[in-house]
Amino acid sequence: MSAGLVVRAIALAILLAFLVAPEAFTPVFAPLTERGAPAIYTQADMLALAMNHLGLVAAAVVAATIVSVGLAIVVTRPFGAEFLPLSRSIANIGQTFPPIAVLALAVPALGFGAAPTFVALFLYGLLPIFENALTGLTNVQPAVREAATGMGMTQRQRLVQVELPLALPVILAGIRLSTVIALATATIGSTVAASTLGEVIIAGLLTNNVAYILQGGLVVGALAVLIYDAFLWLERALARRMGRTA
Amino acid sequence: MIEIDAVTKVYGTQTVVDAVSMTVPSGTIAVIVGTSGSGKTTLMRTINRLVEPTSGAVRIDGEDNRALPAYELRRRIGYAIQGHGLFPHRTVAQNIATVPGLLGWDQKRIANRVDELLDLFQLDPAAFRERMPHELSGGQQQRIGVARALAAEPNILLMDEPYGALDPIIRAKAQEDLLAIQARFGTTIVLVTHDMEEAIRLGHRIAVMDAGKLLQYSKPADIIAKPATPFVKELIGAPERPFRLLSLVRVADLAEPGEAAGAPLDAGLSARDAYAELLWSGREAAPVARDGAIVGRVRLQGLAKQAARPS
Amino acid sequence: MAQGISTAATGGRVALDKLGVILAVLVAAGAFLLPFATFRANRIVLGEPRSLLEALAPAEAWALLALVVAGGGVALLRMPIRVKLAASVGVLCALLVAVGRAGTFLTPEGNTFARVSPGSGFWLLLFAFALMMADALSRLALSPGKRLAGLAVAAAILGAILVSGLWNDLSILKEYANRSGAFWREAGTHVLLAFGSLALATASGVPIGIALTRAPGLRGPVLNVLNIVQTIPSIALFGLLIAPMAWIAANVPGASAIGIAGIGAAPALVALYAYSLLPVVSNTVVGLDGVPRQTVDAATGMGMTDRQRLAQVELPLAFPVILTGIRIVLVQNIGLATIAALIGGGGLGVFVFQGIGQTAMDLVLLGAVPTVVLAVAAAIVLDALVEMSERPGVREAHA
Repeated sequence: MSAGLVVRAIALAILLAFLVAPEAFTPVFAPLTERGAPAIYTQADMLALAMNHLGLVAAAVVAATIVSVGLAIVVTRPFGAEFLPLSRSIANIGQTFPPIAVLALAVPALGFGAAPTFVALFLYGLLPIFENALTGLTNVQPAVREAATGMGMTQRQRLVQVELPLALPVILAGIRLSTVIALATATIGSTVAASTLGEVIIAGLLTNNVAYILQGGLVVGALAVLIYDAFLWLERALARRMGRTA
Repeated sequence: MIEIDAVTKVYGTQTVVDAVSMTVPSGTIAVIVGTSGSGKTTLMRTINRLVEPTSGAVRIDGEDNRALPAYELRRRIGYAIQGHGLFPHRTVAQNIATVPGLLGWDQKRIANRVDELLDLFQLDPAAFRERMPHELSGGQQQRIGVARALAAEPNILLMDEPYGALDPIIRAKAQEDLLAIQARFGTTIVLVTHDMEEAIRLGHRIAVMDAGKLLQYSKPADIIAKPATPFVKELIGAPERPFRLLSLVRVADLAEPGEAAGAPLDAGLSARDAYAELLWSGREAAPVARDGAIVGRVRLQGLAKQAARPS
Repeated sequence: MAQGISTAATGGRVALDKLGVILAVLVAAGAFLLPFATFRANRIVLGEPRSLLEALAPAEAWALLALVVAGGGVALLRMPIRVKLAASVGVLCALLVAVGRAGTFLTPEGNTFARVSPGSGFWLLLFAFALMMADALSRLALSPGKRLAGLAVAAAILGAILVSGLWNDLSILKEYANRSGAFWREAGTHVLLAFGSLALATASGVPIGIALTRAPGLRGPVLNVLNIVQTIPSIALFGLLIAPMAWIAANVPGASAIGIAGIGAAPALVALYAYSLLPVVSNTVVGLDGVPRQTVDAATGMGMTDRQRLAQVELPLAFPVILTGIRIVLVQNIGLATIAALIGGGGLGVFVFQGIGQTAMDLVLLGAVPTVVLAVAAAIVLDALVEMSERPGVREAHA
């Protein structure tokens, strides 16, 4: 545990250092360049790109969470139960749409830039959260649900005080999955001119500069691993509190 | 007082509860016994409207239980179930505080009530308040489940196989506790079980159900002595009848003046246990002690008379 | 489950279907408010909307409108599921035919620059009736065999429309006509990338998974590494493999002879393989772990050797879970293979990125639509296979 924590702290420190002062890392990346090409991407501020990237992902994941948890609540209530089989099959089929296709198809409606990227991230983020929210809400022990009703909770009180808190670790796992997918997919957003860390990678691909590709990839990968771990830690803490092992 | 008036519950083509009427007087324990699928749980759940009867009515202290919204009714009726149904994400104190919280009690009053209940169930409040349900033993979870049901001081307590998941020793203790609490607060209790032994031990009155019908609703002694149908007789177990009768009386009730040798029996012991003790130790009689003082004796012969079919 | 609002048909009131209300709104918007087709004088100018009544010859337009409204009505009312299924399939076929007719109707005779593409109204109608069909299908809970048959019928209908030339005046097929050679070449590359990486991942991932269940100490580290690979953005991984592959091509004798090169399909194949390993390995581990302990004990107790137990008991029981991993990989790879175009690896992504570069959406569709169709078809086929492989009684063990 503590060894892992140290590794993560070091990774975070290096990541922050790179984002704040990328030029300081020139010696690391210089050997990868050819014919005197620049080793560090300087056309845009690395920190600003990272913040844009994270902002886009956060906005899309928050929106996806609100919509899919809301939807999962509706289809697990008696009046929405009719929609359950349909929502399951849509979730299943929807996941098969490749992100790049969603992205490209959103461009005609929304133009280039952050908007189609947001839509693609949002749509792609819906499904894992929805699936997990559904699992979490339907897996509440019958005895617990029965006790809540038997003690006089209204439908809404039971949902807010019992079912949602119990489903929370599973919902968080869905949000984690969506976030990691969105972090990677946001890089593809740069192909439709969204200003994300994908810009660095694309620039590397266009100019055949491995140093760019590597720094873009490493930053996104490190962000993804750190965020993944943070979510996992939170889920485990919650699950442990409830006496389950995650 | 709970009056169940010609309650019928039909699911599709199946009649689960068939025109059952029974009255539970205030401050008594009624135990509903039956095999699984007999409709006993369904019947009990019509009291707090977890099941709405197809026809018939349930009245509580003379008032139809549909006069209030279901959730308000349920907050006034304690409810404890098998497997306790504790909320795994809440501490012991938060679990117990559920209904008082729903009723909007102030924090101070809730905290006092939680501590009072923990004390009542012999759980040290300081040690248990902040524990999570999964950190407790099965017996402790069960006690918290009952404490939670009693939190808002309900007049009525419904219990659905509350001790089904406990081992025999812990179960016996839990049953003792329930009797003590009932005697202290005068709560009206309706308890569902498939265990006749438990019914005889706890019930002031026993209702026997089979296939949705109420076969007999009487005092335990009457159920044992005069079973209304062959099914009731079978449920009691014919060879067990004398011992079941004995278990209804305490040694104190049978003590007579006189002396006897050997270790004394406690006055609170059931006549059945006393009988077993006399057989085991090969004595004809034993002294009876209350609070350490000898108050008389019981004889094997007297016990045997008690076990005979009442005339 | 199949009940709508329980206002039942008592007292002469008509019972409405809840989903039907939503569908009816979508259908109304698609039929009356949004353009059925878009007309452009050439492939990159802005389009002009054409409503349903403007996009087709009057007789056909009114016939389609009547059919769509009738379909919306069936959706709205509570009816047997099979009626709903038939209605949705009927309207979907009519829409597919009509959009081709609109292309022919709107394209001026002999004009090769004009482009007619399906409008938002068409897409919305298609979506609404596809939703209705999906709802009916999910309620019918068809057996896997019937689902496969349904897929074959859908493919046959689509194939017939394409071969008949009905859609030839639509923009997406005009883009196709201009580069049909390239299309089939890239489609072939796409399939090769997706299935080739899957084959490699299965051939190596299953043995790795088996090894991990035999050596639990390795399980955590190996799965962690594979997890981290998954977090590397695809475009970066594709790009990063260019250099090492180029090095191998230059320095390993014979490597370039078998097609290994820094740019092209080889790094794409390796990247897809890297992404495929985690689902295959982890599902193999989960599947083998899920074999009930008593079953394993019984097999051992009867005198099976390790190898016999693995081949005759554990792998057959774990098969559905492993197949589920393969399903995840295949669908994921069909999508990811589009990215290969960015590093010259080919595949249908070529058209997507060319289209984005030229702001020619028809070209984007030429790449994106087949990709989506391929992925959905793969998902349906493999879901059916997974279900077929789950024999009754075995399923619970993995639930």
